[in-house]
Amino acid sequence: MSTKVVDRSPLTFYERTYLPAILGGLKVTAKHFADTVFKGKSVTMQYPEERWVVPEGYRGAPYLVKDQDGATKCVSCQLCEFVCPPKAIRITPPGAEGQPADRRNAEKMPKEFEINMLRCIFCGMCQEVCPEEAIFLQKDYSLTGESRTEMVFNKEKLLKLGGTHGGIQKWKHKLEEAEAQETFPVQTR
Amino acid sequence: MESLQYLSPTTQFVLFSALKILVVFGVVMTGVAYAVLVERKVSAWIQDRVGPNRTSPFFVDYIPVIGPFLVRLGIFQPMADGLKFMLKEDFTPNYVRKVYFWLAPAITVIPALMTVAVIPFGSTLGSEKMVIADLNVGILYTFGIVSLGVYGIVLAGYASNSKYPFLGGIRSSAQMISYEIAMGLSVVPIFLLTESLNLGDIVKYQADHGWMILKQPVAFVIFLIAAFAETNRLPFDLPESETELVGGYHTEYSSMKFALFFLGEYANMIASSAMMVTLFCGGWTLPGTLLSTPSSSILVGLLHIGVFLAKMAVFMIVFIWVRWMLPRFRYDQLMDIGWRRFIPVALANILLTAVVVAL
Repeated sequence: MSTKVVDRSPLTFYERTYLPAILGGLKVTAKHFADTVFKGKSVTMQYPEERWVVPEGYRGAPYLVKDQDGATKCVSCQLCEFVCPPKAIRITPPGAEGQPADRRNAEKMPKEFEINMLRCIFCGMCQEVCPEEAIFLQKDYSLTGESRTEMVFNKEKLLKLGGTHGGIQKWKHKLEEAEAQETFPVQTR
Repeated sequence: MESLQYLSPTTQFVLFSALKILVVFGVVMTGVAYAVLVERKVSAWIQDRVGPNRTSPFFVDYIPVIGPFLVRLGIFQPMADGLKFMLKEDFTPNYVRKVYFWLAPAITVIPALMTVAVIPFGSTLGSEKMVIADLNVGILYTFGIVSLGVYGIVLAGYASNSKYPFLGGIRSSAQMISYEIAMGLSVVPIFLLTESLNLGDIVKYQADHGWMILKQPVAFVIFLIAAFAETNRLPFDLPESETELVGGYHTEYSSMKFALFFLGEYANMIASSAMMVTLFCGGWTLPGTLLSTPSSSILVGLLHIGVFLAKMAVFMIVFIWVRWMLPRFRYDQLMDIGWRRFIPVALANILLTAVVVAL
């Protein structure tokens, strides 16, 4: 039905002299040459000086974020550690006598949170699974280090790189509710 | 200069020849280095890229305004490239035929440099002729020497004892037998017209009677195309073909030995350009100006050399430009062109010229 018969007529004498091909080639290359030299239409990006605009929703390196009050959002639930396909995340929970969470009303926070950036495949599962919106794939795409140990980012580094993120404030509202409960005027008849 | 007059003619000859050889060698080497840069830059521009623009030695900071511009042009890149070749490990694989493996780069590079000897690259400087060897059989010498370069490539292919270089070597020999006869035949009409094999005489003839490129366009086209094959440039880079033979005959080479092949290729390009300028484009002369006759003035002598170098540069650019225009020929196609097209055309051209000259 949709057969297209390609015209394969034999080359004319002029075509067989290679002249049209050569002239065509000269024209194309000369045009590109002139465009690059005189109009500056080079497609090269001078990388370290010029950088591309990272689009929204880009899946770069995963970092931990803080809430508005500067407190750790992560509650050490270890879901991301569990879901992480290449097992790049390792969380050390605080334990029974560990340090309390620095966020008010949160039950706990991780004692140590490590992401091995050499293992990470930037799949974004940790971000998807996190109930606290505490970990996000951010826009960093160029991670370098001089050793393997250097590429294992610890909690402190991840929080510093991650910055602050608002998002949901589940525990804040819970706290407000709890406080409201305390002061709720109970009518005693 | 005064004291030179008291030296015997032989001593003067030796002295001046040695000087000329040193200067020409230096110019060719610099030419090779910068031809590589021009190649990279022009290739980049044709492909909408930028090309080398980073190499900046420490002293660039002391050159105001033009310093950064020179860096953008990559002027210092050849120095870095040269240094890199010197410092790289010279690796000899243990399966190669060692003697030939070491010999091949030298066999490639020496003929390429030797061809420059007979080229008249200027008129005179003072009373000294600007040609290293003013041979009466200049062109025969060139053809004889130039063919030797191919043996270096074939030998490299054989000595490497590995499949890709071997294929490259085979192709090189197949290529040589297809273009060389046509190349030799294409210049015969020039000798019919000029009645001399001396390149200096050919230049003089062109200064008096107009450029050969206008009188013998067919010969020029054949010679030009054969020169592309001779220098292993695209569309005839069969022995090298990076895309299919991983670099062909020099796959197994590294460091300075590889650099020698590279140097040989570019020195060949320079020599071919010089030959074409001398045979077809009037050598160091520039018609319509004072520059078409030899002069005793140093300034005019230098201008002549400048004219020659400028003409050569044009051919070098053509070499580089054509590289990005045409796809590589298969070697049966190259043979077809050589044997079934160029040889008959060149022979017909000789016959025609002979008839015209005889009349």
